[in-house]
Formats: sequence, C-alpha cells, structure tokens
Amino acid sequence: MKILTGNDLKSGAVVWWTGHDWSIHVEDAVDVGDQADAILQREEGARRVNASYAIDAQPDGERGVRPAHIKDRIRALGPTVRPDLTLKPADPNAGNWVI
Amino acid sequence: MYRYDQYDQAMVDTRVAEFRDQTRRRLEGKLTEDQFKPLRLQNGLYLQLHAYMLRVAVPYGTLNAAQMHVLANIADKYDRGYGHFTTRQNIQYNWIKLEDAPDILADLAAVEMHAIQTSGNCIRNISSDQFAGAAADELIDPRPYAELLRQWSSFHPEFLTLPRKFKIAVIASETDRAAMKLHDIGIRIVKNAAGEIGAAFYVGGGMGRTPMIAPLIRDFVPLDQLITYSEACLRVYNRYGRRDNKYKARIKILVHELGKEEYTRQVEEEFAHLLTQGIEPPIAELERIKAHFTDPAYDTAAADDLDLSDPDFALWVERNIVAHKQPGYIIANISLKPVGGIPGDASAEQIHLMADLAKEYSFDELRVTHAQNIVLPHVRKADLYTLWQKLDAAGLGAANLDTVEDIIACPGLDYCSLANARSIPVAQKISQRFAENGKTAELGELKLKISGCINACGHHHAGHIGILGVDKKGTENYQLLLGGCEGDDTSLGKITGPGFDEDGIVDAVEKATGVYLAERTEGERFLDTYRRIGMDKFKEAIYA
Repeated sequence: MKILTGNDLKSGAVVWWTGHDWSIHVEDAVDVGDQADAILQREEGARRVNASYAIDAQPDGERGVRPAHIKDRIRALGPTVRPDLTLKPADPNAGNWVI
Repeated sequence: MYRYDQYDQAMVDTRVAEFRDQTRRRLEGKLTEDQFKPLRLQNGLYLQLHAYMLRVAVPYGTLNAAQMHVLANIADKYDRGYGHFTTRQNIQYNWIKLEDAPDILADLAAVEMHAIQTSGNCIRNISSDQFAGAAADELIDPRPYAELLRQWSSFHPEFLTLPRKFKIAVIASETDRAAMKLHDIGIRIVKNAAGEIGAAFYVGGGMGRTPMIAPLIRDFVPLDQLITYSEACLRVYNRYGRRDNKYKARIKILVHELGKEEYTRQVEEEFAHLLTQGIEPPIAELERIKAHFTDPAYDTAAADDLDLSDPDFALWVERNIVAHKQPGYIIANISLKPVGGIPGDASAEQIHLMADLAKEYSFDELRVTHAQNIVLPHVRKADLYTLWQKLDAAGLGAANLDTVEDIIACPGLDYCSLANARSIPVAQKISQRFAENGKTAELGELKLKISGCINACGHHHAGHIGILGVDKKGTENYQLLLGGCEGDDTSLGKITGPGFDEDGIVDAVEKATGVYLAERTEGERFLDTYRRIGMDKFKEAIYA
C-alpha cells in the first residue's frame, strides 16, 4: 500500500494522510493508491503540510499500518532513544515495532 | 568574552524582525516553501526527521552564564526540555515549532546570540580550542582572531553563496584540540624564527564522503594580513569550486584536483592583489575586539594543591581536569556522556546548573567542545571539590574524558533526515559495555566516534575507533574503522572489513580493544599500538 506523510507546516509534527485530513498517528493512514501526487500537490498548496511524500507501507494487524522503511517507522513513533518523547511513552515494547 | 557593540546588536535585531515577517508571510501563504526554505535555512531552521530543528551559533564555543540560561529557557519554553550540543560547538533543538522560531531568535538576540549562518553554503560557525585563553600551552588567546573572522564572514556578500558550506578553525597551541586539519581552513597561530606571531594556513581538509587532511599552504601569514589571506583562499575557491556537483563542491576537492601547489599559487596571486586593495580591518578594530578577551581577575594567592582523599573525586580530577596557565586554577571538563546517555544532550535543568556554576566558579564563562562536552575554563582549585559534588548530584559528574565512554555521536537516524542508521543506541551500548566490563581505565585514551551516515557529523574518520552507519538493503549496518586521529598527528581511519549489526559492532569494538591490551607496550595508547602493529591482528580478532 502507498501512504502519505509530511510535517505539519506550523508545528513541524510528523503527520499522516487519513483520506480527509492529517493525523499524527500512522495507524490512521490510508492507502492512496495512485492518487498520491494529486493529494500532495493540493495539501502543500493549502499550507497544511510541508515536505510531504508517499511511502510504501503494509497493514499491521491491530496497529493498523507499518511503514516499509525504518526511517519512516522512527518518524511514526519518535526517537528510539527517548521513549518519553515518542507517541507511546507508556508502552515499553513500542520501540520493537520500529526495529 | 566578546560583547556586541551597537552595530552587532542592530544587525541581529534587524534580522529577527526580517525573519518574523518572512515567517508570517509563509504562514499566510504569501511565500511558497520553495521561496521560504532558503530564508529559514539562513536562520538555522531545518526541517528534520520529526520536526523543525534550530541550530544556534556559539562562536568558537564561548558562552556566558546569561546566554547559557537562555539556552535552557528555550529548551523549556519552546522545545521538549533539552538541548543537543554539537561537534560544531553549537547547540541544536529538535522539536521547534515554525510559528515560535521568530520569538526564539528574539530571545537569543537579547543575549547577543543568533542562528545566522548555521546553515547554507556560507562560512559557518568559527570553531576554536575549547581551552582558549586558559590553556597552559597556548601561545596567545586565538579567540580575538576567531571573532575577527566571525565579523568578517558574517553577511560577507561575496561568500554567502559559496559552492558548499565552509568551516574555519583557529587555534594557538601546539596541541590541536579543534581538529584544525579537518576543516576547510585550519589556522594555527605560530611564532616564527624572528619571534614574530603569525598564522599558518592549512587549507582543504574535511571529513564527509571524501575525507582529506588539509595540507599546509603557508607557514606564516602576518596577523595584520590574516583576513586578507583568508579572503584570498575563499576567492579562489569561490571562483573554481564545483557548483555543478555538490559531492565535489567542497574546497578539499578543489585543492586536491588543482594540486596544493597550483591552488597555493593562485591564492598567493590573489593575496598579492588584495594587499593593494586595503581590505584588512583597521588595527583599532582588532584592538577593540582583543579588549574583550583579557584575563579574568585571578586570585594570585589561590592555593595550588588539591585534596584528593575522596576517590571518586580523585578519579574525576585525573580524567576531566586540564592544566591552567594560572597557578591555583584548573580547566574543568563536564562530560555530557553519562553511561548509557545520549552524547551531547543536556536537560534544561542541567544547562541552568552549568550556567550557575560558571557564574559562581568560572568567571561567568563556559565553552562548548567539538567533542560535545562543556568546559568551565577558569576554576579555582580550592572550589573544585564543591563544584564536582554539585555536578555529580545533577548527573554531570562522569569521569570519562577522552576515554572509550566519551563517545562523539551524531544524532543519527533517530533525529536526522540524512542519516542511514542510528548512532545513539550504538554509543549507548558501547558505553554500557565498557562500564560493565570495567576496562575503561585500563584502556586509557581512546577516542571513539560514530556517524550515522557518510556526511561524518560524528567524525568517524577521526576516531581511534570509528563507526559508520550505513543502510544495507533497508537494515542498519555498521562499518568499523581504526586508526583515525584529529590532533597534531591527524590521520584518517581505515575500514576493517565487512560491517556488523548493532550488537555485532559493540562486540567488534570490544575485540579491537582486546588486541590493544594484548599487544601494547609501555605507555602506548590504542592509536599508537594500531600504528605500530597495523590492521592485520585487529582484523584477525574482529572477524574470528
């Protein structure tokens, strides 16, 4: 599947395209098929997102979506070396999902 | 230390106002990202892996307590409670909001700081010896010349769009503590046979994808021609640097391809021409700058002995203290490398504490080192035990300077968009391994440096042991290098062979140190043993 990511223009937060908006949770990401370029052009133009791009991902059971590359999994969770700064600070196993 | 005059302050304040307007226009849609990106980069604002990252300049690594407190306040108010001290003697924040950036720059400007030229193809932060002005082995304080270079290079219209970024270091000791020969220009202040003080110029060094050691192109430039000669070096580079290929655009490539002799010939020709133009700043300006770098009011009656009856304190003194030029004083190194910690990171509370301690014990002065540590440069020996107790209580008492636990590591794939592999977890595991096996003291001086990509922000080429993270078919892989050195006898590390996974590289480092312990002769450092016996025995052990 293809999903879209970028950074929120104002905050810089990593965000994922949900089909109608941007979410900070990768599990909200949807498969955009061959619509990536059109969506990205529209969203960048509307200044909702910055440095956006399409990536490969796959469905991941209860977690929803898992980006194919480790770089995007780190973007999705947060730094592997500071669990307190991730989106799942209370989950001691969250880092394992990245690796 | 240097204090802004009205011109310095006006320039920085004007830039803040300008960037505030640029940011407003971006957020209102009047600037596209393509238009805005070069503007934010000119103010040190990158878009990194998780968020915007702001890189703040710390010229030649020198700070006062008020500035350090503001850095802590920024970490608290605008970021996530910490800052990351870098190998360029700067500080970076990893979680900045674009809409806050103008306010942060205004806070910095209020204490004579900025983020100008911390990005882009321009002359970057001038770096220097972190012990400048305090070191016992120093010829003169190099910082007035670093400051003069800073003023010359800031907003220099000819050098704001160079072929690539440009890094200059200035030192004035025989011992190179600034990796001077691994800069685009390395300047060593020297004394000639006639007893005159001048500058030796090393040009065309650097790490990255094509590491090179800068050759000496002139052994003596009179100090009243320092800027003119620098300008000549830059002009030749600006004229011929490879703008068609960013991977070949650094001056090291130009010097290598032209040849040292031809590059030097052209620089000398340009220098001779520039001498007729009178571009050197007036001596009065240099004297004005120098007046900011006078010695603090040392207590000339300060006791010169230390009570080392506390063994933990004695260990810290043995590892982290450097001789000072003034009897009764020492230079104290604060390691930002606790076992299992993130090299270079400090919490807002720790930054505040270091500022307070500088105010109380070090004449209001701190330094950031290229090894990602902090220095209190002028500490009375009589105050040292109290100082250490306060540091230790705050998690800043690690006694490991220049040991295998004092690891330089770039942010790597945990934070950096350019990285291919994580650096920090490898540093954490190595420091934990050696803390557990108890060999750190036995190994003595051993500089270990880790980069998460070929750009070499973690200086892996210059590590006695270097580690380079690469992407191997989508997984992290770590190459081991041996024999690098950044000091007087600068050398570049060589790759041992095939790479390792994250745990494998930790094992490989331990095996390499095992070879050293087995093979060393009296007084040899790891690097000395490697240079004497060569790579083969290390490879045998590492790949057995």
